[in-house]
Amino acid sequence: MKILVAVKRVVDFNVKVRVKADQSGVDLANVKMSMNPFDEIAIEEAVRLKEAGIATEVVVISAGPTQCQETLRTALAIGADRAILAETDAELQPLAVAKILKAVCEKEQPQLLIMGKQAIDDDSNQTGQMAAALLGWPQATFASKVVIANGEASVTREVDGGLETIALTLPAVVTTDLRLNEPRYATLPNIMKAKKKPLDVQPVAGMGIDVAPRLKTLKVAEPPKRSGGIKVADVAALVAKLKNEAKVI
Amino acid sequence: MATYTPPLREMQFVIHEVLNAGDAFKKMPSYAEVDVDTINQIMEEAGKFAAGVVLPLNRIGDTEGCTRNEDSSVTTPKGFKEAYQLYCESGWAALACDPEYDGQGLPQLLNTVLYEMLNSTNQAWAMYPGLSHGAYECLHEHGTPEQKKTYLKKLVSGEWTGTMCLTEPHCGTDLGMLKSKAEPKGDGTYSITGTKIFISSGDHDMAENIVHLVLARLPDAPQGTKGISLFAVPKFKPNADGSVGEGNAVSCGALEHKMGIHGNSTCVMNFDGSIGTLVGEPNRGLNAMFVMMNAARLGVGMQSLGLTEVAYQNSAAYAKERLQMRSLKGPKEPTKAADPIIVHPDVRRMLLTQRAYAEGARAFTYWVAFMIDTELNHPDAKEREAAGELVTLLTPIIKAFITDNAFTATNEGMQVFGGHGYIAEWGMEQFVRDARINMLYEGTNTIQSLDLLGRKVLGDKGAKLRKFGKIVEDFIAKEKRTKGMSEFLEPLADIAEKVSKLTKEVGMKALLNKEVVGAAAVPYLRVVGHLVYSYMFARMAKVALEKQNSGDPFYSAKLSTARFYFAKLFHETAYQIRAARSGVDSLMEMDASLF
Repeated sequence: MKILVAVKRVVDFNVKVRVKADQSGVDLANVKMSMNPFDEIAIEEAVRLKEAGIATEVVVISAGPTQCQETLRTALAIGADRAILAETDAELQPLAVAKILKAVCEKEQPQLLIMGKQAIDDDSNQTGQMAAALLGWPQATFASKVVIANGEASVTREVDGGLETIALTLPAVVTTDLRLNEPRYATLPNIMKAKKKPLDVQPVAGMGIDVAPRLKTLKVAEPPKRSGGIKVADVAALVAKLKNEAKVI
Repeated sequence: MATYTPPLREMQFVIHEVLNAGDAFKKMPSYAEVDVDTINQIMEEAGKFAAGVVLPLNRIGDTEGCTRNEDSSVTTPKGFKEAYQLYCESGWAALACDPEYDGQGLPQLLNTVLYEMLNSTNQAWAMYPGLSHGAYECLHEHGTPEQKKTYLKKLVSGEWTGTMCLTEPHCGTDLGMLKSKAEPKGDGTYSITGTKIFISSGDHDMAENIVHLVLARLPDAPQGTKGISLFAVPKFKPNADGSVGEGNAVSCGALEHKMGIHGNSTCVMNFDGSIGTLVGEPNRGLNAMFVMMNAARLGVGMQSLGLTEVAYQNSAAYAKERLQMRSLKGPKEPTKAADPIIVHPDVRRMLLTQRAYAEGARAFTYWVAFMIDTELNHPDAKEREAAGELVTLLTPIIKAFITDNAFTATNEGMQVFGGHGYIAEWGMEQFVRDARINMLYEGTNTIQSLDLLGRKVLGDKGAKLRKFGKIVEDFIAKEKRTKGMSEFLEPLADIAEKVSKLTKEVGMKALLNKEVVGAAAVPYLRVVGHLVYSYMFARMAKVALEKQNSGDPFYSAKLSTARFYFAKLFHETAYQIRAARSGVDSLMEMDASLF
């Protein structure tokens, strides 16, 4: 069974992002970038499935500029077998990425497409769902447990009410939640081996896919600064304020 | 609890932009594949390991310490063993080791980066693999084929660890007084008897076996340092198949109670007729041991760089958050109850002192590590020799100058916190306590200063120092006309000339009175240390000047730190030069009975 894992290069979770002066977006110049942490969980899960003898090959894909190769090398160091970069400098929105994934899935024919439930930069939480719809595959989002057996995936999902377990016919799309696993630390020999693993760069321009953005960002602004708190005389006053001023109860 | 973010950008700046190591490695056949991407990826993953696995154990190790059990075995703090296992499984122990023994064969420079991070996150823990690597280097260079076969792969994988056993109760600095005995058994092995103290990582539960490198005297050995031999003494005798055999008569007699590095087991080791094998030639043990000691001295410099960096990071974060008082120029953040303390000039002095000492030490140690790589691997014999001489000259400066500075820096880091710095849970006072040992072990800083002035400088009539001076001179000549460089080159040229004069003066006076060297050595090392830092800051400033308009504020911060260094720290040289020149009389005139 082949697994395709989609990974995104995002602003490192440690970075305190700044909004650009013209409010067109977040300033990415000279900012440390890393693999989306949810996607790390996806890679880890795929590699564990391979180690368990369930998967035979783990292919990792990223879409974006040439620097995404670093992110792909990280995935290869964790244990993916080979990598594909759908290269473009254009802005990619979830729908565009989903279309790219569809094209790659049609070519690679994986039984499972795994990725993080969302990316920590834009928090869209759309790519997996859109890819499933475009491919016509079943999907299980927010996975906290994945069991593959007899051509089926049994996936436990973290939903608002607790946990829900669903069965999917393969091929399928799974998006990972935080509690699915704890990604390993890459070992030094695997980092060195990753350098020699195949990394195939395919220009998006040559794929015949319309990746033009469908959404327009009007403005990106920092959240309003927290203003000082106030003291209330008693619980009744607090409840009144929550009800009438904050309108939260 | 203290936090840590691997300073990858700072490290990459030194490696790629100041040293251009990736390009240089292309000329060294064994490192030809170590390109910029590889270096960055290894650093990134090493940083994840240090921050994720090693850092959380730092305070546990400090509060829990090591335990000696009734059977004389030693238990390390909770989590140390598991972290070490993961470290070995991840292949970090093998990073800079010979591929013939399953090492990764990567540059010393990368090992240095790894150790900066391990020491920032947990010096006491990092000492276990650190000393093993020293033992590996010593056996790799001086071991017999049999010893190499027995020990090297085990040390490379980290399955076994190593120690260095020099000090005895009556003999620390003066190894000539050493008493431990080695009796030939007639079968090529020796029976070792004696007591060693202050043995870092002497016994522990992190690895299945430990190889002690022990200095002892053969029965017919001459007196003094010319009668010392080196022996490899395993905790458990290895079987022919490499597995661990029966126990050897070596045990931990007691654990020392220390000011800091509580997580490291500092042992009294008793050798009671334990069986060992000779390393190197009889009576030439110190020669072999110096491989390990030199590695350890550079390692101690890295410990202090690590602590300086982590103290800086935590105090800088605190200074930006802690609200107290108003800026002297009026409120900077009027909506808040007070301004963050980073608005105050003296808080900035404390932060910048740490930052400048971290940046200076990083550039310095990475440069020297790069020189070691050059010494070991450059195809041109002349380059190898020149690099080797520089490493020899600079080793005592790395050990003493960086560790002195780190004690200052960690202390300033604690000071930024006010009273909270003295409270254990912030983690700042631990950095100060841990940093303090670095000025003492591997040869006290006074011994380093005597090594520099007496042996490395006056010992060859200043030849090695002049070669370093030539590097500085060439740099000044090359950059003299570079716009913006004069503010950095002027003090550099000035201190270079003053070091040259001071060296001549002390050398002349020492011909008349040898005690002059003892009186001048410590201030002399401080002065030469600042010459080295001036050179490093000028080199960094050159790169930063070229890129200051790139839009990346990193480069203007580099220039600001360099300016701070020359304005506020560099002038220590004025007072140290006066101290070095002021002779010996004021020290020696009082009769010892009056003390």
